[in-house]
Formats: sequence, C-alpha cells, structure tokens
Amino acid sequence: MHASVRPAVSLNITPSQTGAIGREPLAPLPMRMNISKVNFFYGPKQVLFDISAGVAANKVTALIGPSGCGKSTLLRTLNRMHETVRNARLEGEIALDGQSILAQDVTQLRRRVGMVFQRPNPFPKSIFDNVAYGLRINGSKLPIGEAVEKSLRHAALWDEVKEHLHKSAYELSGGQQQRLCIARALAVEPEVLLLDEPCSALDPISTAKIEELLVRLKDLCTIVTVTHNMQQAARISDFTAFLLTGQLIEFSPTPQLFTTPSDPRTEAYITGRFG
Amino acid sequence: MSGRLRWRKFVSGFMLTMTGVCALVAVSVLFFILGYLVYHGGKSISWSFVTKLPTPVGETGGGMANAIVGSAKLLLLASLMGVPIGFLGAIYLAEFSGSKVAFVVRYAADLLNGVPSIVIGIFAYSLVVLPFKHFSTVAGGFALGLMMIPITLRSTEEFLLAVPRALREAAMALGASKWKTIVTVIVPAAYRGILTAVLLAFARVAGETAPLLFTALGNRFWSPGWNQPTASLPAMIYAYALAPYDDWHRQAWAAGLVLLGLILVINIVARAILARGIAVPRA
Amino acid sequence: MITFLFAASVVLVTLLLIIELWQESALPRHKFGLHFFVTQVWDPIAGQFGALPFIYGTLITATVSLVIAVPLGIGAAIFLAELAPARLSDALEFFIDLLAAVPSVIYGLLGVFIVVPLMRDYVQPALKNTLGFLPLFSGPAYGIGFLTAGIVLAIMVIPYIISVSREVLMSVPRDQREAALGLGSTRWESTWNVVVPFARTGIMGSIFLALARALGETMAVTMVIGNTPTISASLFSPGYSIAAVIANEFTEATGDLYLQALIELGLVLFLLTFLLNGLARLLIVMTSQRGSGTAHA
Repeated sequence: MHASVRPAVSLNITPSQTGAIGREPLAPLPMRMNISKVNFFYGPKQVLFDISAGVAANKVTALIGPSGCGKSTLLRTLNRMHETVRNARLEGEIALDGQSILAQDVTQLRRRVGMVFQRPNPFPKSIFDNVAYGLRINGSKLPIGEAVEKSLRHAALWDEVKEHLHKSAYELSGGQQQRLCIARALAVEPEVLLLDEPCSALDPISTAKIEELLVRLKDLCTIVTVTHNMQQAARISDFTAFLLTGQLIEFSPTPQLFTTPSDPRTEAYITGRFG
Repeated sequence: MSGRLRWRKFVSGFMLTMTGVCALVAVSVLFFILGYLVYHGGKSISWSFVTKLPTPVGETGGGMANAIVGSAKLLLLASLMGVPIGFLGAIYLAEFSGSKVAFVVRYAADLLNGVPSIVIGIFAYSLVVLPFKHFSTVAGGFALGLMMIPITLRSTEEFLLAVPRALREAAMALGASKWKTIVTVIVPAAYRGILTAVLLAFARVAGETAPLLFTALGNRFWSPGWNQPTASLPAMIYAYALAPYDDWHRQAWAAGLVLLGLILVINIVARAILARGIAVPRA
Repeated sequence: MITFLFAASVVLVTLLLIIELWQESALPRHKFGLHFFVTQVWDPIAGQFGALPFIYGTLITATVSLVIAVPLGIGAAIFLAELAPARLSDALEFFIDLLAAVPSVIYGLLGVFIVVPLMRDYVQPALKNTLGFLPLFSGPAYGIGFLTAGIVLAIMVIPYIISVSREVLMSVPRDQREAALGLGSTRWESTWNVVVPFARTGIMGSIFLALARALGETMAVTMVIGNTPTISASLFSPGYSIAAVIANEFTEATGDLYLQALIELGLVLFLLTFLLNGLARLLIVMTSQRGSGTAHA
C-alpha cells in the first residue's frame, strides 16, 4: 500500500529467465520483498539451502513443491513467524522495501506482512471483533466500524455477514471463516499478504471464491501463497517458484514455468511423475 | 518506533515477567514448606521419638510411636476397604457395564470424591460410632476407606480402558473367557497405572485429619485391637501444634516431617512408576 | 456378577451418606427452618443455633483466598504454558503437583507457627498503617483471623488453579496464537487477548474447583481462624467457618439439637461443594470440547 517502492532488483533471478534462446529479457518489475542467500535450520538440521528470490510488488507469487520441500518454512520466514519455534535459525537476508526485516521490530513487521493460515482460525469472538482485533491493538486511521466494513468488502464477505456482525465467528461455514481470516489480515492494511495453503481445508466452491478473491487483491497488496495444488498455482499466480528438498529449483513467470520449464525436475513435478 | 508501540512492548515485557514472578512464588512456597519442616522437624527427630509413647502432660521427651502405629492400622483398614471396592468396581465399569449404569456409578464416585472430609467424618460417625456407642479404629478406617474408593475407582477405570482393544481381542480369539482375559491380560497390562492410583489414594488419606476427629478420636497410649480410639500422626500434629507446650510444638514439627516425608515419597514413587510408561503403549 | 456388587456399593454408600445427613439433621431443620441460615446467634447453652457466622466466615475466607490465588495462579499458569521451555514447565508442574499433595494439617502447622507470627508482627501492622482507615483493616490484630485463614487457603488452592489452567492453556490450538502474532500483536497481547479468552471456560472451571476445596477445608482453617462465631467487616477479626466449627464442637456437643445443628451445617457444606464441583467439571469439559473442533459447517 506504500507508494515508495524501490525497483532494486530486476526479475532476472534465475538463469533460466534470460538464458533461454529466443526470449526477450523482461523489463525489471518493482520488488516488494527480496530474499537473499537464505539458509534455514531446525537445530542441526538444514531445511532451506541458499534461497534467493524477489517477490514482485502487487503480483501473486506461488510457492509449489512436494510435501516437505520447505515451501511453508520459506513462507513463514517472510514475517518472521519462524521465531515462535525454539530451535529455528535463519541465515541470510530478507528485505521489505529495501529494509532488512530482521533488523526491524517484529511487531511492526507483522503488521506490514500479514498471514492467513491453512485451517481457518478465527478468534473466539464475534465476526466484527475478529476483524477489528488488529485495528484495536495497532490503532486505526478510520473509525473501526468503517475499517471493518472495508475489509469485509475486500474479502468478498460483507454482503453475507453484514446483518450478523455480532454473531460468533464459529457460526460461519469453513469457506466463510477463511474469508473472515483474510478480512482480519487485510484490516491492518498490510503491504504483503502471505497465505499458507489457504484452500486446502475447503470445499471446491469455497476454494473457487477465494482464488477469485486473491487475484483481485493484487491491487491492494502483494500476495505470496503456498499451494500443493499446481492447477491453482497455474490459475491465479503471476510468478511461480518450485522448491524441492529445500532448494529453489526454478522461479519463473507462471505461464513459462508450466508450459516450458527449464529444469527437468520441474518438468517431472508438474507432469506428475512425483508428488 | 512510535510511542504507542514502545508502550505496548513495555507492557508485554512487564506482564510476562510478572507471570514468571507468579510461578516463582508458587514454587517457592513448596520449598519453603519443605525447608521449614526439615529444619524444625529434623532437630527433634530421633530414634526415641519414633519408638516411645507420649509422656504425661507437662513432661518433656516422649514420642509418637503410638501415632505411627495407629496411622498404620487406620491405613491398613482403609486400604482393605477402599482398594478392593475401587479395583473391582473399576473392572465392572471398564469391562461389563452398560453406559447408563456406568454413568451413575461414575457420578456417584465423583460426588463422593468431592465431599469435604469433615462431612465424611460425620457420616462415619453416624454409621459406625453411634450404633456401637464408642469411637474406634474401625470407624476411622471406614472413614478413610470411603475417601480412598473414588480415587482408586476412577483412576483404575481410566487405566483399564486405556488397554488397547487389540489385546483383548487377541486373548479372546485364543479362547480365553472374559474373566480370564481380564485377569491374565488386561489387569497386568494396566498394572502400573493401577498401582499408581492405589499409591496416590493411599498418600492422600494418610494425611487426612478431619475424618478422624470423631471416629478414631485420639489416644495417648497404645490402642490394642480395633475397637478403641487410636492415635494417628495427623491428629497428634493437630493436637500438639495447638497445645501450650513448646516441647509439644517441637514434636509436632517432627511428626509433620515424618508425615510429609512419607506422603511426598509415595507421590514421587507413584509418578516415577507412571513415567516409566504404562506396561502397554496406549492405542 | 461380583464386580457389579462392588460398583453398586459405591452408589449405595453415596446415597446412604446423603440420607444420613438429611435424617440426622431433622431436629434443627424442623425447629429453625430457613431461619437457620440468617440467624447470627450460636448459643448452645440457650439452644439457639444460627448458621450465619459460619457461612460468613466460610465465604469470606474463601473469597480472600481466591483474590490472592486466582491472579497468582493464572499468572503462573500463563508462564508455564506460554513462556517456559517444555522441560522447565514440566519440572515446575511436578513440584506444583507435590504442593497439592501436602496434607491440610501440615499447612495448619505452618500457618500457626509461621504465618500467624508474620501476620501479627509485620503484615497486619503494615496494613493498618497504610490502609487502616478502611473497615477491612481495622480493629486489633492478633495474627489469627479471616485474613490469615484466607492466606493459608490461598496457598492450598493455588496448585489446583495452576495445573488445570496450564493444561487448558496448553490445549489452545497453536494457530490461534500465531494468528494474533501475525496481526502484529506483542506476545502479551496475543496471550491475554486471544489465548486466555479461548481457554476462558476451563480456567473458570479451575477456579470453581479451587473454591470447592477452599470451602471444605477444615484443619488449616481451624488452626488459624480464631474459632469465634463473629461476623465482622474487619479481616483482622477472628471468626469461624462451617468446617471448623464442626471439627471443634462435634465431640463436645451436648444434646441432640446441638449435634444435629452441626450435622445440618455439614449438609449445607456438602450441598455447596456438590454444586461447585459439578459446575467446575462441566466447564472443564466444555473447554476441552471447544479446543478440538471449532469450525462448524
């Protein structure tokens, strides 16, 4: 949501981008976040190896890969959520708008980089209070009622709940709860929204609604989503990163990765040879 | 960092430190109790304390031999009553009962568990003391046994139920009858938990005073047999602590040390047994 | 089946207990009826029996104990559940469980020889000097009384609050806390505004459990409360509780009315703890159900 974006690094993150013959080098896109030489450890065990990538501003970036490849781990470093685990250790640099997130105050960072979790997890409060939570602790520019309505509209949930704002969040369906969680995250006006397999616990109809929503949210903020569903990544994302056993194998614009992947492992994964 | 954020972070650090202080206070109390008991009680413990009878009022010296023996007799009676009822009742609940009966029995046990110990004393009084017109060891044992029942029952039931179905089915597939299965397979599988339950129940009633106040009453001498009032450690601690003699206070501390030592040791042993894992991993 | 008989005996004995309590308190019930609960006078010689001083004493000491034990207990439980590393948390919990195993008479012993002198020589004078204008802290201070009994009770019930609260706090799903942190909460904000409310019913249950214990507690209370049937606004005043008066006067009770009045008090106590324990268990069960399956379709 901030206007000041430094186009620090172009999208030429991996060799495959420009190395292929017959492809024009892309014009550099502004990066909201930059990940550089990140290595991650749980105690003595290393789970991410030398990851470097840029997250394009106001685009959807998808992280895909088989179970255990580290995509969720990588996602969680972006808002320093890994710090809630005792033995987790991060090496390397991660920057938001050019400033290292590791040097910033973590509470402030998490307001700017929001998160939606795999299973809907609304607080045991009313719908209104769920969305208002972040506003109340962080302070809000708008009156709270307006801000809540704004977020619920962005999350395509307003019409369904506007008459029931004071009911418990648990009375909503699974898909509605997840949209509530998105609204809750959006209320604090984050610059980046991280989503960790947001649809994996939902039925197809709710999934479709949320996918539609994510594409529209690009205008508001930068989206990074982990998904184990390749078709979903192909449908909604602008850029896709493929991870395998903690390494970033390929990172390209989505159409390119899915039609002409440059790495044989990528091709093997997307054609279903392993999963 | 804005002022508001600074304040929030300060509040966070402060409150979280306070919770640590709370935990420290809570645990310190235990160490404080133990420390005092060891200090004051340790000074007065001696072989004669454990083997001699109380001396006539006003004289120093003397011991709590009768209280120790009295407590032992009471606890023996209590166990003879509480353990079989709790154990066999639990077997019924776990293996034979329908859900409605089970609900009633469990409810009754929980109710009994929650009865204040002084009210148990009243009950034992009206049931055992009144009809026979005198206080007795039996009455005291009855009261304590009553308290042991629900603890043994519920815990044993829990451990019996935790034995995996697969084990029962294996035994029955080999042709064992229900009873044989219970005796040879299920109970041995749950024995650690059952033992722990019995020990913890025992430790709990060992320290009870209120139910004894009008059942076993107290006695400054030996009480042979089972029909006379008897001394017990908790009752003597109570009486001696409130008496006006310093020497008796000293003895109260010593007795307190003995009693608490016994109870803590039993508790630690019981938990150690359980911590080594129940005999069969839970399903 | 033999085992059925044993199981049934549990039910029988419990029923018998209730029946005995009811029958053996018939005299005062018929004589005084409901007045029993509002009469202040307890005069065995004149045959006048009123339960009010004891109900008052029981409730006051229980209240004082909760005022002290609840904040301390919940604070400690938060520390153990949210902050302490797993091994430290388990080790401390072990010690706290041992605290719960210490018998009442030992607490009484400590009460008489340590807490009472402390109160008399330091705490009560200090309170008088600072807050003496309040009726709560007025009057002569001998070290015994409602406040002292309340403090001893607080020490006795804290382990229950801590262990149950810790367990329910630990059962709050991880992603509740992470969602709060993810919105930019400080650690305290996520704990206090999200985790604790989630565990709210279970924590209430632990408080009711503690209250039930405090109400029924006999030995420690009778050793430090002063054993005089007084109703006073001052916490320094000596008083009496239901359990304490039964303990002290039962064997001395002359005449059926006297004895049965004491038994009626026992019945009152029984009913009080019965209600509280029932409520407590209900609340604790409700929390554990909440934690495992939140989303309704």
